[in-house]
Amino acid sequence: MSLAERPGAAEPWRDPAAEPFLRIEKLTKRFGDFVALDEVSLPIYRGELFALLGGSGSGKSTLLRCLAGFLEPDAGRIVLDGQDMAGVPPYARPVNMMFQSYALFPHMSVAQNIGFGLKQEGAARSVIRDRVTEMLAMVKMEGFGDRKPAALSGGQRARVALARALAKRPKLLLLDEPLSALDKNLRESTQFELINIQERTGTTFVIVTHDQEEAMTMATRLAVMDRGTLAQVGTPSDVYEFPNSRFTAEFLGTANILEGVVEGVEAEGVRIGSSELDFDILAEPAASKPLGARVFVALRPERMRIERVAPGTPLGDNRLVGRVRDIGYYGDFFLYYVVLANGKEVRVSQPNLRRRTERPVDWEDTVAVTWDRQASMVLPE
Amino acid sequence: MTPRTRRRLVLALPWAWMALFFVVPFAFVLSIAFAEPSEGLPPYAPLLRWSGEATAVLQLNLANFQLLLEDSYYLDAYLRSLRVAAVSATLCLFIGYPMALAIARAPETWKNLLLMLVILPFWTSFLLRVTAWIGILQDQGWLNGALLTLGVIAEPIPLLYTDTAMYIGITYCYLPFMVLPLYATLSKLDPSLLEAAEDLGAPPWRAFLQITLPLSLPGIVAGFLLVFIPAVGEFVIPELLGGPGAQLIGRVLWTEFFQNRDWPLASALAIVLLAALVLPIALFQWRAGR
Repeated sequence: MSLAERPGAAEPWRDPAAEPFLRIEKLTKRFGDFVALDEVSLPIYRGELFALLGGSGSGKSTLLRCLAGFLEPDAGRIVLDGQDMAGVPPYARPVNMMFQSYALFPHMSVAQNIGFGLKQEGAARSVIRDRVTEMLAMVKMEGFGDRKPAALSGGQRARVALARALAKRPKLLLLDEPLSALDKNLRESTQFELINIQERTGTTFVIVTHDQEEAMTMATRLAVMDRGTLAQVGTPSDVYEFPNSRFTAEFLGTANILEGVVEGVEAEGVRIGSSELDFDILAEPAASKPLGARVFVALRPERMRIERVAPGTPLGDNRLVGRVRDIGYYGDFFLYYVVLANGKEVRVSQPNLRRRTERPVDWEDTVAVTWDRQASMVLPE
Repeated sequence: MTPRTRRRLVLALPWAWMALFFVVPFAFVLSIAFAEPSEGLPPYAPLLRWSGEATAVLQLNLANFQLLLEDSYYLDAYLRSLRVAAVSATLCLFIGYPMALAIARAPETWKNLLLMLVILPFWTSFLLRVTAWIGILQDQGWLNGALLTLGVIAEPIPLLYTDTAMYIGITYCYLPFMVLPLYATLSKLDPSLLEAAEDLGAPPWRAFLQITLPLSLPGIVAGFLLVFIPAVGEFVIPELLGGPGAQLIGRVLWTEFFQNRDWPLASALAIVLLAALVLPIALFQWRAGR
């Protein structure tokens, strides 16, 4: 349900002539011997909701803090709307941030928190009051202006933090794990509210998260970060459907990784032989690799089918036979752990379509796992 | 043993401590304050006197308190003590705040060392440290010597036995009591609050005034009181370093107690001092707690 597919959404990153609103050029940041950012280059376009996704230590927070101005990069440039940000302190940047802990000022009321930024600019009292009212209405917190942050729930604090960060109408809004403190239901509803507010204000958002679901549902584009570099950049569906490496395939969603050698390039597709697995993988011709190349193939659990077969059934093209070792019940789907004869394990998921039916496949059953050739994702590297 | 009894037992210890070492001595002092001085040991008359077979007469003597209010000598000593304590606590605040802030923001590995350096002077005798200041401040002392050698001054500035020396001594001795509560508050301050303030357009000094300072107010109050309260009754430092003219309440108490042997008057002085300190502070705490 990626928002990249929302109606009318422009995709300026597909247009080579489009001018990026935020240019990150060869940004490098080291902490002692540790390279937190390694020559990261990334164009971000006006009005995007861009997600930086990665595990801890991937460099996503370092990149965000460089954008905010809390960290000065060792090399490279950040250019926002044509202005080089080098040497510009955080308080002089047209950039605001929603902090992970929200960082609401405990000794100030909600209204004072939201008005804090404008007050620093020396805005007139009436201007501040009007903007605070507007912001409170935007985050549906009318009537809470006089409360102290301590008297608010987690979701309400998140709203106030967002309102405060948007009150100065920044060119760029940075969000550091904005919803990680909320429980699942609240997080989902708040995600969509965030998207609505982003669309209404037209502000460019850069959001840091370790939560892939959050990145997938919210972002126009996302970057998967790994050890200070961008492992892959693209729309959520691009990255999910066409992962460029084992890392992204396994980081975004779940993937079974099989290894093989290209044995034939035929008209209808590529044949990948797997000596360790005793069967062939078929893939689409688009994934062409030279004959004899060693490749990795990623398979999504939900793209595979599972059925009970008699023991001794042979393997075939895109057809594995194994034994069910474990079944995970997730409510909306089952996840089967199938062990092949050589000990390799694949995960297959099946939607839980009907209530209280007998499981078609049970523990210790011999099963065949099959999939279509377009489900075979041949990884470029 | 029910949890309730256990809780009571645990609470009994501090209560017993308070009763034994505060309430009982305070009751003694209070009763002496209302007694009449007399020759002999102890140098005051008992409050309760048996007259006849079964009647006791309670005689309260209010003359001591009356004297304190009427004689401007005592009132002046009180006011001067309060002023000295207030100035000393303010000096401690201005020196201690940057120290506490620096320690709170120091790298984790440095914090314990720096805190130990703050407490380190306590490991030496208090008297010794105050006496050491005599060596520094006297006319032939280190400070004047250094200034003379550098050519800053032509002849020694008289420092010892002045108010300046007294303030230096009090500030020096009580500084840790200011630094520690300030450090406790400042180290608990969420650093992302300052980042948020800067992010929203406040340069560091404005972020300090609008965020750090108001949020460290509890530490400022605690540190101020911890310095102010003992400094009001301070006897040793003004005696060793201060000038002869300034009568502070500590010295007045000493004189009444040891030289004039007027225990009831000395007790009354102590009671009034306690009331003058406790009542406004209790009122302040009560209001702050609401």
